[in-house]
Amino acid sequence: MAKITVNEVSKRYADHTALDSMCIDIPERCIYGLLGPNGAGKTTLIRILNQITAPDSGEVLINGEKLCQKHIAHIGYLPEERGLYKKMKVGEQAIYLAELKGIKKAEAQKRLKEWFDKFEISGWWDKKVEELSKGMQQKIQFITTIIHNPDILIFDEPFSGFDPINANLLKEAILDLCDKGATVLLSTHNMASVEELCNSITLINKGKSILQGKVSDIKRQHDTHQREIIVRCDDTLKVMNIAETYNNIKVEPTDRPDETKLTLFSESPNELLNQLLQVGQLVSFKEMLPSMNDIFIQEVQSKNKAS
Amino acid sequence: MNKIGLIIKREYLTRVRKRSFLILTFLGPILMAAIYIIPIMLALHSSTDHLRIAVVDESHWFENNFKTNEEHTFVTMPGQPIDSVKEMVKTGVFDMALYVPPTQLNIPSNAVVYSIRQVPMEVETHISSVMEKEIENQKLMAKGVDPEIVSAVKTDVNLQIMRMDEKGNEKETFTEVQFTLGLILAILVYMFIMFFGGQVMQGVSEEKTNRIIEVIISSVKPFQLMMGKIIGVSLVALTQFVLWIVLTLVLYLGFSTYLGLSNPEMLSQGTVMAQEITSNDIMSNESVQNILQIVQSIDFGTIITCFLIFFILGYLLYATLYAAIGSLVDNNTDSQQFTLPVTVPLMVAFFSTFYIPNNPDSSLSVWFSLIPFTSPISMMVRIPFGVPIWQIVVSILLLAVTFVFMTWFAAKIYRTGILMYGKKLSYKEIFKWLKYK
Repeated sequence: MAKITVNEVSKRYADHTALDSMCIDIPERCIYGLLGPNGAGKTTLIRILNQITAPDSGEVLINGEKLCQKHIAHIGYLPEERGLYKKMKVGEQAIYLAELKGIKKAEAQKRLKEWFDKFEISGWWDKKVEELSKGMQQKIQFITTIIHNPDILIFDEPFSGFDPINANLLKEAILDLCDKGATVLLSTHNMASVEELCNSITLINKGKSILQGKVSDIKRQHDTHQREIIVRCDDTLKVMNIAETYNNIKVEPTDRPDETKLTLFSESPNELLNQLLQVGQLVSFKEMLPSMNDIFIQEVQSKNKAS
Repeated sequence: MNKIGLIIKREYLTRVRKRSFLILTFLGPILMAAIYIIPIMLALHSSTDHLRIAVVDESHWFENNFKTNEEHTFVTMPGQPIDSVKEMVKTGVFDMALYVPPTQLNIPSNAVVYSIRQVPMEVETHISSVMEKEIENQKLMAKGVDPEIVSAVKTDVNLQIMRMDEKGNEKETFTEVQFTLGLILAILVYMFIMFFGGQVMQGVSEEKTNRIIEVIISSVKPFQLMMGKIIGVSLVALTQFVLWIVLTLVLYLGFSTYLGLSNPEMLSQGTVMAQEITSNDIMSNESVQNILQIVQSIDFGTIITCFLIFFILGYLLYATLYAAIGSLVDNNTDSQQFTLPVTVPLMVAFFSTFYIPNNPDSSLSVWFSLIPFTSPISMMVRIPFGVPIWQIVVSILLLAVTFVFMTWFAAKIYRTGILMYGKKLSYKEIFKWLKYK
């Protein structure tokens, strides 16, 4: 059974439709990517899951139960627009936010101390938020998001504002939480992190789901059988001559004069390889699966053209 | 503890711990005490300022009229030329010189005061009143009227105002006291609504600009957050109010004991003089004795109860509106266009406090004190004069119903407004939000 089921959810605002009969199934213990261009309806969907707004029609199920007030304690949400009270002390604020999620003060204090030790930021407890750098504030924001041990985590652009080191720390923390049983919904424009983290995705455009499934499956479906071959040969003319006999090949020079890059669009590269091996040295052979970035652009553009 | 309680607690504690709260808490009573103490100090101080005044009267009308009194010494200098007296003023023998030029046929209506320092107002009034009185007497005598008769004719009329109710009970009323009391109460309500309503607005827009709002409303309902803030701030207002009263009393008592120990006579003298200065008319001893009666005639039970009800309901009504406005505001610059609908009724209510005391039972006054947006302030002006119970009840009910409706209205705007960033908002658009689910 799916952890989260979004069933025919629609939401209309005065001048546009934010979500149009959206259906998504998010399995348990996975990292699920929510992709889409700006204004596609991702944030609206996330706000519906967090009960910040209500759908006009359709329903959301959590563990098969209709979404209700008690689920708030099961969800940890890191919004895209996030911040903290600037004038409040770090520790005090973290306890306040944990208490709002329904955790007793003593328990919140104990858990926070552990997390602060883990992130090596115990010295910040009595500092005011405005004294911290943006990256430091993000760490505290992350801790307050997960302090109530939610089994559903929703991250909206979690990596913005992090340097590569802290982004990596965050990435590991997310993977770790998923290992421990959490279901993660990740909304991001950062396609590299989607490929690294997500098991499955939904691509939303103009309130509708236009692509859904496992990342590996989606990549297979979009495979254009592109192979990249680099050959080393002092006489590049020989390579060119071989290439000219194929019509599905693209030849490009590289930054070394004796190396040539060939891009082949074919499922059977063996014949070409045999010919090339006779004239020169094979440097590399790569299967070029399309990146999520390419798929994103391709899918959204083709949908927009069609409409 | 439930969530709204947590929000109230945070709002209350962060505000009470602020330095500005402490400063205001201590500054308020000092200002209030100063209103009372400074006139006393001034009265005590000015009575020690003794002036020596030379009188050169070449008309010979007033030679016997300027008598040395407690405050000033008058020295008549018959036959002395004014120029030599002026020299004496310059060298400091006298503080100032009064010169009445000679007249043969006319009545002397000109006089000059020569002085190095600024002539106190009170000396000016004294001199001209002495001269006017003497001229008046002389004129009466010329017409053959004995001034004795004139003074015997003068009578002070003591006008007593008695309010009656249906049962025929009569009660004496004191307009000045009611006027002052009503005005103070109304201005207090106005100030607290403006100040603490503004704090609610600021708090809401701070949460919005800080971008913490979405984090919080994923844990609590926007309505809970809004009400928690409004109630938390109202508790701060009440705390400040109580502290002000306590501190003012402490300051006043402290000051009285200090003065009372050093010179009990001065205190009573000072107090009487201060009252003379503040009320700007000379209260007779009789009316001082009447103070007890006045105090007894005021129905403090009703006034305090009404004050608390109207103060709290009025604050709540405006605070919900301020919260809605705060949710629309991205930064402080565009808050103006949205605060206008709130400040206008407040200002109207404030200006009504100038009109109502003149005629507290006129139909306009009644309307002001019934309409929910002006009633918290306008009704307070009327309360000390006595208001029919049905009007108070209707006014409170209207206020309460409007508050409930406004809370619904404000919550709808608030819920959508807090999540809107970087968008120019029009009233038309805001009204569409009321329909959102």
